Amino acid sequence: MRGVFNQALLEIAKNDDRIFMVLADIGYGEIEPFAEAFPDRFFNVGVAEQNMTGVACGIAMEGNIAITYSIANFPTLRCLEQIRNDACYHNVNVKIVIIGGGLAYGALGMSHQATEDIAIMRSLPNMVVVAPCDFAEAVAATHAMIEHSGPLYYRCGYKKEPDIHQQPIDFELGRAIQVRDGTDAAIIFTGTIGNQAAAAVEELEKDGIHCRLISMHTVKPLDKECVIAAAKETGAIITLEEHNVSGGLGGAVAEVLLDAGVQPKKFLRLAIPDRYVSLVGSHEWLLDRFGLSAPKIEASVRQLLAA
Amino acid sequence: MQVTETWVQQCSRLATTIRSHCLRMTHHGKSGHVGSMLSMAEILAVLYERILRVDPARPKWPERDRLILSKGHGGGALYAVLAEHGFFPGEWLMTYYCDDGKLMGHISHHVPGVEFSTGSLGHGLPVAVGMAIAARYRSQKHKIYCIVSDGDINEGSTWEAIFFAAQHHLDNLMVILDYNRVQALGFAKDVLDLEPLTEKLTSSHWAVREVNGHEVLELEKALSGAPFEPGKPSWVTAHTIKGKGVSFMENTVACHYGSVNDEQLAQALNELGVH
Repeated sequence: MRGVFNQALLEIAKNDDRIFMVLADIGYGEIEPFAEAFPDRFFNVGVAEQNMTGVACGIAMEGNIAITYSIANFPTLRCLEQIRNDACYHNVNVKIVIIGGGLAYGALGMSHQATEDIAIMRSLPNMVVVAPCDFAEAVAATHAMIEHSGPLYYRCGYKKEPDIHQQPIDFELGRAIQVRDGTDAAIIFTGTIGNQAAAAVEELEKDGIHCRLISMHTVKPLDKECVIAAAKETGAIITLEEHNVSGGLGGAVAEVLLDAGVQPKKFLRLAIPDRYVSLVGSHEWLLDRFGLSAPKIEASVRQLLAA
Repeated sequence: MQVTETWVQQCSRLATTIRSHCLRMTHHGKSGHVGSMLSMAEILAVLYERILRVDPARPKWPERDRLILSKGHGGGALYAVLAEHGFFPGEWLMTYYCDDGKLMGHISHHVPGVEFSTGSLGHGLPVAVGMAIAARYRSQKHKIYCIVSDGDINEGSTWEAIFFAAQHHLDNLMVILDYNRVQALGFAKDVLDLEPLTEKLTSSHWAVREVNGHEVLELEKALSGAPFEPGKPSWVTAHTIKGKGVSFMENTVACHYGSVNDEQLAQALNELGVH
């Protein structure tokens, strides 16, 4: 997905000279085409994320669109105060792109696992939070990111994620995409973990369990109507995210439902437990250990509906 | 440019006015940081009287020079000079730090003439650097000025920006250090000694000048001289006195957070020759 993102951005930047990339010595093998095409709009600040974000804000305040880009937590947590005070408070066109949210970097360890980013980013006023699930959403989200006026957080996949959408999508920030309909339960996911959900839903379907599958590519602003409709029409809501169970998509969905006075009969948040990941293993292995692989999701849904 | 006594006197008078406003504002609002405001009164007076190309009628004029006050806690002094230059009504000053006031304790871009909000140190210079990059990209001629404090230079982000600005030869950028050598909990040399600062900066490929930050002529000469060297960002270390102009505040740690009571206000204004 990161390649798809970079290619899409490169194409957009050819026709929009407001677009700058400001990065902090991360992006090897991906960002070179932009750097070569637009050397005067490409800045590697060195390993200095606070300056990266501040410089991006200064560039954006002059009517430009500045993209900060790095992996996992580097462009968010080290420079969180720059994101809050500089980019969000001034409401400028700084777009923060991370490659590899959640457990994507597997055995690299805890420092490289972005597991609180959605909660933190969505708590910032003016910030939009986006996590595309496949290549089609990634391209559409890149265009939407540039068209949106204001700060935006883009959680980009790391690998060659398979397509979830089997047909052209109608992508709009803040409006979820229903991947398939179903009446027994609704699985609302964000980001590339949707692949696991799609596989789980296929298996459940074989046993006559019809799950609605929803890609909540924009966690903020959340598509409230979609969430409320899913709760009313299926009675069972399962949220799925590659993120700490606190404050992310699951929390956002619960907030919407309680605020609206809608209580589904069953509600389950599938997420990473509230502890740091000290296990060593690949992305797929870690997902399975935390109950986020397709078989584990399938089992959780069966258990929820049987209870 | 012909140097006459008139503009020097004007600047000095404006500096005194800034100081009196700051004392009254912090007294009325019962707020702190007055010492940090007093130390940069001449810097702001010279900038607004002699250096900055800005227009109160058009605060967002695209060709304006940009001034970022990174030491946002001293924002009362910037509010004072902006009011004096007609960016907003003078009556706003006495709403500083007050309920439903127009002016918050740290500098805010919601106030006409303020380029950027700060309050947490180490934020101003990276943003100024970004503005300098943007201006150069579009071949714009305006300059970017950034006022920093001792505390700002404690922050790693400021040094990140120092290295980066030199790396990219941003000679449309000038930093002005209000070097009063006193920070929140003590004297800078005892907290985190920045010396030898000029050597650090010149070895980081900045062009540096040092001036007495309360001497209008010296300040004007330095601040109007950017770039000091083509291809290098410019740095003016303005040696100043915290709490300058008020005897019981000068060079004290207490005046960082302190403000004045009724009696002290009267004494301070008397020392400034303001009644």
